[in-house]
Amino acid sequence: MKFTKTVLVTVALSLSTGLASAGAHEEMTIVSWGGAYSKSQLKAYHEPYTAMTGVTIINDESAGTAVAKLRAMKEAGNLTWDVVDVEAGPAMQLCDEGLAMEIDHDTMLAAAPDGTPASEDFGSFIVSPCFIPQIVYSYTVGYRNDMVGSTPPTSICAIFDTETYPGKRSLKKGALSNMEWALLCDGVAKADIYPMLETAEGQDQALAKLDTIKDDVIWWSAGADTPQLLADGEVVMGSTFNGRLFALIEEQKQPVSMLWDGQIYDLDGWIIPTGLSPERQARALDYVKFATDTQRLADQSKWISYGPTRASSAPLVDKHAELGIAMAPHMPTDPANSNNTFLMNYAFWADYKDDVESKFQAWLAK
Amino acid sequence: MSYTNEDGAMLTADGQPLKRSLATALRRQKIRALLLISPLLIFVLITFLFPIGSMLFRSVENHIVAEILPDTVVALATWDGKSGELPDESIYAAFAGDIQRAAITKSHTRVGLRLNYEKSGSASLFKKTARQAKKWDLETDAPFKEKLIAAHKGWGEVEIWQTLKTHSSRYTAGYFLNAVDMRKTQDGPEFQPENRQILIKLFQRTLIMSLLITLACITLGYPVAWLLANLPRRQSNLLMILVLLPFWTSLLVRTSAWKVMLQQQGVINDILVALGMVEETGRLIMINNQFGTIVAMTHILLPFMILPMYSVMQTIQPTYLQAAKSLGATNWTAFWRVYFPQSVPGIGAGSILVFILSIGYYITPEIVGGNKGVFISNRIAYHIFQSMNWGLAAALGTILLAIVLILYWAYDKVVGIDNVKLGG
Repeated sequence: MKFTKTVLVTVALSLSTGLASAGAHEEMTIVSWGGAYSKSQLKAYHEPYTAMTGVTIINDESAGTAVAKLRAMKEAGNLTWDVVDVEAGPAMQLCDEGLAMEIDHDTMLAAAPDGTPASEDFGSFIVSPCFIPQIVYSYTVGYRNDMVGSTPPTSICAIFDTETYPGKRSLKKGALSNMEWALLCDGVAKADIYPMLETAEGQDQALAKLDTIKDDVIWWSAGADTPQLLADGEVVMGSTFNGRLFALIEEQKQPVSMLWDGQIYDLDGWIIPTGLSPERQARALDYVKFATDTQRLADQSKWISYGPTRASSAPLVDKHAELGIAMAPHMPTDPANSNNTFLMNYAFWADYKDDVESKFQAWLAK
Repeated sequence: MSYTNEDGAMLTADGQPLKRSLATALRRQKIRALLLISPLLIFVLITFLFPIGSMLFRSVENHIVAEILPDTVVALATWDGKSGELPDESIYAAFAGDIQRAAITKSHTRVGLRLNYEKSGSASLFKKTARQAKKWDLETDAPFKEKLIAAHKGWGEVEIWQTLKTHSSRYTAGYFLNAVDMRKTQDGPEFQPENRQILIKLFQRTLIMSLLITLACITLGYPVAWLLANLPRRQSNLLMILVLLPFWTSLLVRTSAWKVMLQQQGVINDILVALGMVEETGRLIMINNQFGTIVAMTHILLPFMILPMYSVMQTIQPTYLQAAKSLGATNWTAFWRVYFPQSVPGIGAGSILVFILSIGYYITPEIVGGNKGVFISNRIAYHIFQSMNWGLAAALGTILLAIVLILYWAYDKVVGIDNVKLGG
């Protein structure tokens, strides 16, 4: 009897605390990339938002496979994400498939402080009706100063030059960025790269070029992998997002340098998945409105070297919040860094990602 | 009061025939037993059999094309794909209607993705076409043959129509064919082009490497298990803790630790260089290849080998060895002729456990295996998480399950499953 009572009381107690905590804490799951990038979002967006609203934010780091996971969630009918951080191409893809919600940028997002509507403030960075732009970043390469001898690389094609720069290199475990660099270094003119990648022959040519270094590559799947491999001295050079290399060089003071040559610009932003319950959707929109206002976008650049996509945020870009160094020279768009760049063709990748990626992965598995 | 009725059958005290009464009692007992195990039974049904069953079903299910392009599938039934000629206008018109409806409901990408598994380039073909098709007026814009070919030249090639026709059935053996590097064509099964043949190789690699891991576990585990069973209690307890501690440590921690140990600037290479056994420039490559996978997995799976061996060895009486020696056997003969045969059931149990666990392993090869040290399960994960080809993933999973069952059956025939002991 006494035992039953104890059990009942325990159950009742745990139930009531469970209910109470569910009531007091609102939660949302935000999907992003982890590492230094998630930290910048935590500092610039999540912490102030939680302080303001009391909503707890759970950071999921699977943005790299966001398209496949959202497709799977739709298939399974169980949507666990509220806001997702994706690049421009996947955002267009998700919009095409009806997996991302269309946004009215002017009514759903904050206007600039001078009253300029959001759609003008973001301008051409709104590449898809579902896309809420956040930052401009680039795929670029970093190299170990102590492993390149007296001739540090100056050209992106150093990744294919295993004679001058022997040792492993780390490249993205995916088609995007590798296919472009492969063709570029195989002598294809920049303007011809995307038209060529639309054809089977062009894709084969890029893979053939990658074949020449296949055994020298460690393939990365998380943005934090290359910085780790560079810090350990496991690779002589490796591609990743420019902000990760900034964190490695400036914050962790590793003997690594940026190879800005051939950097590929891309955009990153938010999408909100379709099929959220009205209250979750309202909360997601509220968060996104807060996180993409002029001040918040500028704040993020105090933590990582990515350029804000709002015109009105640019003048507010200042110094690093902890290191106190000026951030402008570390931006991928700074004139000194952008001698030889090219803009990722989002529309190409939205249409051809599935084709090219499956070919690339089959090539990789061989 | 009599205890038999007029037929002479036995009756119980309440006048029921004894036979029926006994049957009722037995049934009640059975129901009670069933009720007692029902939570487990329902749990297993819901969380194990049902998901596995539905996943296996996906390996033959193929409704996407028929569901999203219904009119086209019907129209294509009359078209002879082997003639090498393009379908006529009626088929193009049916397709134009289907693709327009699909574009509006945004389901065209699903069919594009489905056909992309069979014919590279289909995903972009459907995306580009659907964008155009949204603007068409089905009543007035005919003929659609020219329109579709203008939207994308792919529609002017016979191959895409053959692919569509071949993969329009609601059930298909295509995924199983794909799983063994073949494909379904209108002329029957064919091998994939050479550059797409990867899966059979992966199956072979998985089996060979799992076998190597099992052998490594036996070699390393046997002496440890022997020590555990034969040392004095205090020392064997300490040893047992040493075996179990890594067993209780997170899998990811152990795998990552191997990364630190094995990498080129890692602990082992540093020691070898410091000892002068390896040149600074010739540091060994021990990770992101098959070697890394074998080392890390052997370490992780070792307790699964040691524990069954230990529990069997514990039951072997030391007096047998003493008897053998007193009859004149050398140490080796006593071990080989008397001790070892009695320990075989432990080796069998450990080997089955380790082998079956390792052919389904995923996370360790993914982290330390690089390109050449990954298993078939990594490919399954790729098809589940990235390419979304769940049908192929299900077919690969089914084959893997069948391989395990066949090996289990073969083991039973050769060694006998009764000889397997997990303890006592």
